[in-house]
Amino acid sequence: MMIAKRKNRIRRSAGSVIFDTLNLLILCLLAFSTIYPFWDTLVVSFSSLKSYLSSSVHLWPKEWSVEGYSYMLSNPLLWTSYGNTLFITIVGTCINMLITIMTSYVLSKTYLRGHRVITFLCVFTMMFSGGIIPTYMVIKDIGLLNSVWAMIIPTAISTYNMIILRNFFSAMPRELEESATLDGCTEIGVLFRIVLPVSLPAITTVTLFYAVDHWNDFFSAIMYINRQKSWPLQLFLRSMLYENEAAYQSGGESLFLLGQPMKMAAVMMAIIPIMCAYPFFQKYFTKGVMTGAIKG
Amino acid sequence: MSVLIHKSAAPKGNTRREKLGAYLWKHKYMYMMLIPAIIYYVVFCYVPMFGASMAFKKFNPMVGIWGSQWVGLKWFQQLFKLNKFYQVFWNTIYISCIRLLFGFPFPIIIALMLNEIRKPRVKRIIQTSIYIPHFISWVVLGGILTNLLSADNGIVNAAIKALGFKPIGFLTDSRYFIPTMVVSMIWKTFGWNTIIYLAALTSVDPQLYEAAIVDGANRWEQLVHITLPSISSTIVIMLIMRIGSLMQAGFEQIFVMYHPGVYGVADIIDTYVYRIGLQEGKFELASAVGLFKSVINFALIVGANKVARLFGEEGVY
Repeated sequence: MMIAKRKNRIRRSAGSVIFDTLNLLILCLLAFSTIYPFWDTLVVSFSSLKSYLSSSVHLWPKEWSVEGYSYMLSNPLLWTSYGNTLFITIVGTCINMLITIMTSYVLSKTYLRGHRVITFLCVFTMMFSGGIIPTYMVIKDIGLLNSVWAMIIPTAISTYNMIILRNFFSAMPRELEESATLDGCTEIGVLFRIVLPVSLPAITTVTLFYAVDHWNDFFSAIMYINRQKSWPLQLFLRSMLYENEAAYQSGGESLFLLGQPMKMAAVMMAIIPIMCAYPFFQKYFTKGVMTGAIKG
Repeated sequence: MSVLIHKSAAPKGNTRREKLGAYLWKHKYMYMMLIPAIIYYVVFCYVPMFGASMAFKKFNPMVGIWGSQWVGLKWFQQLFKLNKFYQVFWNTIYISCIRLLFGFPFPIIIALMLNEIRKPRVKRIIQTSIYIPHFISWVVLGGILTNLLSADNGIVNAAIKALGFKPIGFLTDSRYFIPTMVVSMIWKTFGWNTIIYLAALTSVDPQLYEAAIVDGANRWEQLVHITLPSISSTIVIMLIMRIGSLMQAGFEQIFVMYHPGVYGVADIIDTYVYRIGLQEGKFELASAVGLFKSVINFALIVGANKVARLFGEEGVY
């Protein structure tokens, strides 16, 4: 590798230099295009309605205002939906991890009879599903409709994440577990004392996958939840973005509610927690995709 | 003779059963750990699969799906007479294909471009920023789009106006709605999708490049003869998975952003099922549409996998 690099440096032709410059330029533009929309949103959320309406490029708030945020923070529905989403994310992720770890650990033991059949039955659910309506009927029959549990239990395990973790467990060296078994550890003991501590990075990744999925879950919400008291953040946000329009036309709401600054403040409320956590969990995410990628 | 067989068979069966019993007992905790997952899959995946039989029944809420009366293909006949059905089916295929056409090669190209960057720090900064959109919800994306694409105060239309054109209603005009959906979907997913190709690229043996350089290959030749062949199996697997999900045209995204003005182009199978099933209460008809979709989806996955095997690739399952 070292030699290759040195040789490359000597050989760098004019074409190669031009390519490198252009390549970097395009990628930087692309990176900018993914960052700018968030910046624009942030700036608009802190602008006053008047200054927002007077310009279309929002690099910096011309006239600062926290009106949008103060409206949001004084809205009780924001707090209930925040609470619901927090509950769904924390409890949901714990349940996810418990079931996922147990299942993927057992299925990674290829000596166990029946592991092949059960793995197939799990993977088959990714290929064929009963559809939206029959699933809705099941959830209705169980009595989960309009309960926050409807956003936790029907997504209790993701086959994809389970397979990622199973691949990780099966790639672990046998000797590690065998020595523990010789020392008198049971299979469960091996899982908790040896396997889990060793596979902490993979576990963290899958945990974060689940947590982000729960935080952003919109599908289960529109399917199974109508009652405002059980609304998660995403449904609250949608009503802020799209439904005030209707309320305004029927004469109920003030013009301010239609304003972009208020809406963008609502958007920021939904992404701030993720943006704050992102720098910390970023590296786990990429690692996890890589471990799972090999045998998706 | 028969007595003999009987005699010898009976104890044999017993020991086998005992052996199995002993085996299960020995691994009882392992099998017990599967119980929650088995319950989950049965209740939320397999019961709905059988519940899809609703598409062939007259649903009676009093007796449930199982007790309802069979009506044969009534709902499918009704379905195939609806123009709307063909429209949503076509929209689904159309949106998926456009997404596949543009959205599939894009992350591959970006991964290859990132791979050419020599400075690890610059590469990491670019990666960190292009992954971000993956972590926002579709509702948030909808909010951001209304901001950026606003006809009066959005930056995109400001640029269009600066160039002397009329502002475009990206989210309101049915001619622009689908391109807007596709581009924003690619914006949200491309960065994340590069990860898998970058992972494949790191596993390429550096000696291959050294040998190629010694042989006088330039960077383009290295790309064509070493890099691309090394990641081709990853590309094929990803392509199979994409083809297998052709019937998923992005329910959440479209559901957040569509409105009656663009139903003609934006209504897909899933949004249609949601509306006729959960909003209008035509459960059987909606199940029929859903079942139709599931069957095609399944055929696509199996078919794509077969084709990949024909080409000597490993396939997904």
